[in-house]
Amino acid sequence: MNREDFPMLKSNIVYFDNGATTLKPQCVIDVMNKYYLEHTSNIHRGDYDASIITNKLYDNTRNIIGSFINADPDCCVFTSGSTMSLNMVVFGYMKKHLKAGDEVLLNKSEHASNILPWIKLSEEIGIIIKYVPLNSDYSLTIDNIKKCVTEKTKVISLAHISNVVGDVRDIETIGEFCSQNNIIFNVDGAQSVPHIMVDFKESNIDFLSFSAHKMCGPTGVGVLVGKRNLLENMDPILYGGGMNNYFEEDNSYELKSIPTRLEAGTPPIAGVIGMGEAIKYLDKIGMDKIHQYEKQLKQYFLDKVKDISNLIIYNKDSDSGIVSFNIDGVFAQDLAIYLNHYNIYVRAGNHCTKMLKDDIGINNTVRASFYFYNNYEDVDRLVEALKNSRDIFKIIL
Amino acid sequence: MDDNLRREIILENYKEPYNRGLIDDENYSKINSRSDSCIDNLDFEMMINNDIISDIRFDGEACAISTSAASILIKELVGKKVDDALQILNNYKNMINEKSYDKELLGELIVYDEIYKQPNRKNCALLPSNAIDKLIGRLKK
Ligand SMILES: Cc1ncc(COP(=O)(O)O)c(C=O)c1O
Repeated sequence: MNREDFPMLKSNIVYFDNGATTLKPQCVIDVMNKYYLEHTSNIHRGDYDASIITNKLYDNTRNIIGSFINADPDCCVFTSGSTMSLNMVVFGYMKKHLKAGDEVLLNKSEHASNILPWIKLSEEIGIIIKYVPLNSDYSLTIDNIKKCVTEKTKVISLAHISNVVGDVRDIETIGEFCSQNNIIFNVDGAQSVPHIMVDFKESNIDFLSFSAHKMCGPTGVGVLVGKRNLLENMDPILYGGGMNNYFEEDNSYELKSIPTRLEAGTPPIAGVIGMGEAIKYLDKIGMDKIHQYEKQLKQYFLDKVKDISNLIIYNKDSDSGIVSFNIDGVFAQDLAIYLNHYNIYVRAGNHCTKMLKDDIGINNTVRASFYFYNNYEDVDRLVEALKNSRDIFKIIL
Repeated sequence: MDDNLRREIILENYKEPYNRGLIDDENYSKINSRSDSCIDNLDFEMMINNDIISDIRFDGEACAISTSAASILIKELVGKKVDDALQILNNYKNMINEKSYDKELLGELIVYDEIYKQPNRKNCALLPSNAIDKLIGRLKK
């Protein structure tokens, strides 16, 4: 779908590294260029024409986000991306509200940015991290979560869609369970908000993080969405301009209200404007349509590779457009380099979930992650290359 | 060098690397080696006796270039005097980094003389040599 909107696709590449970052449509590039070419100015003041235009576009991005994921616009905080959003949750909120012995439930297929901050917090204040066991297909189920909950469980933190296995977690049910049990529900939406409809309020989410660059937007910008009372009780990680009302010689100061309080300093203005445009663009296509299409691409891939006997696929059943695989006896990175020879872009690695190796028993995989602008021909090219992989060393050595 | 022969030597050392498998002996000094730009992850062990490298072993997960380079380097270095080994390592690194080098000193390592054509693979070729270099540095002290 919509391939013509993406300048990168004019070259002969097959871009299957969408889990890492996505291509940008012309409309996103255009609004950002327009900011730089025609109305460069800072925000928070509107005394001249260019700044009035900039402020309007900037502020309106909150409305676009709010209606996209069903949240109040002023509860959508601009950040530098999922990593920063998750760190703000842990060090801005949890550090202040959790105490030694409180339990946080994670699992081993989380991204580093939803594990390492917690490990650091545990080191600092003595919270206890528990890893919910994964199923035999490496997915995370509500039953396994419930088995790990004790009266000390204060937080359940998970990715809505995991970035290696690509399983879609049932956040509606988990969110309801959390709200019934007074548990904070922290959702990493980095891999879901770009691909599937997410309803912040309906799913009883307390905090939601995502990055613009994984959803056709620019790098360096993302969002933290939080429930109002939680954001109001969150400490800023950064202090400075734009977020205070006043500060005095006697050390007294007053901070602005949310969301501005949590956005010190000059933000990535072009980035925020580009992110707004990207979300409008996705919304126009329709998130349900995007999700269905990606699943069809994945099924098509699975059907086509059935007969490749040396191909190992780790997540056949997961409900998203992510496939993780290896060719038997070939190191993942060698396979990625081989595929690059056919202009097929995939990712080799442990995908920042270094702990998953304990469960899969395998360190590294190749990941192909689909997006709506991929087509069946892209998949055919990947399948063809995988079929010919006996030539791999002739090509890469 | 003929491409087929080059490939054959690399593959042989990738599929059945020399001295693969650690022995966890306390007379060995140990180092882990990873790179920022790729997912190679290798451990090395080395023993030096009377200024002679008496053994090097390695294990881990890495690509064909890294693994084979570890294997060939170990073959070239075991049994050498420490200073000679350092010279071989230096010469090898010079080749990978496109500086001038002495072909005579390379032995089988010559199979990597065209790695510079794939700049993203230089780090793979250098991962084992850097690790071994560091280990020697540590043991010399
Ligand atoms: C599940 C998940 N969470 C968090 C992140 C971090 O996102 P960013 O690097 O944009 O901060 C990623 C990115 O790979 C991810 O896949």
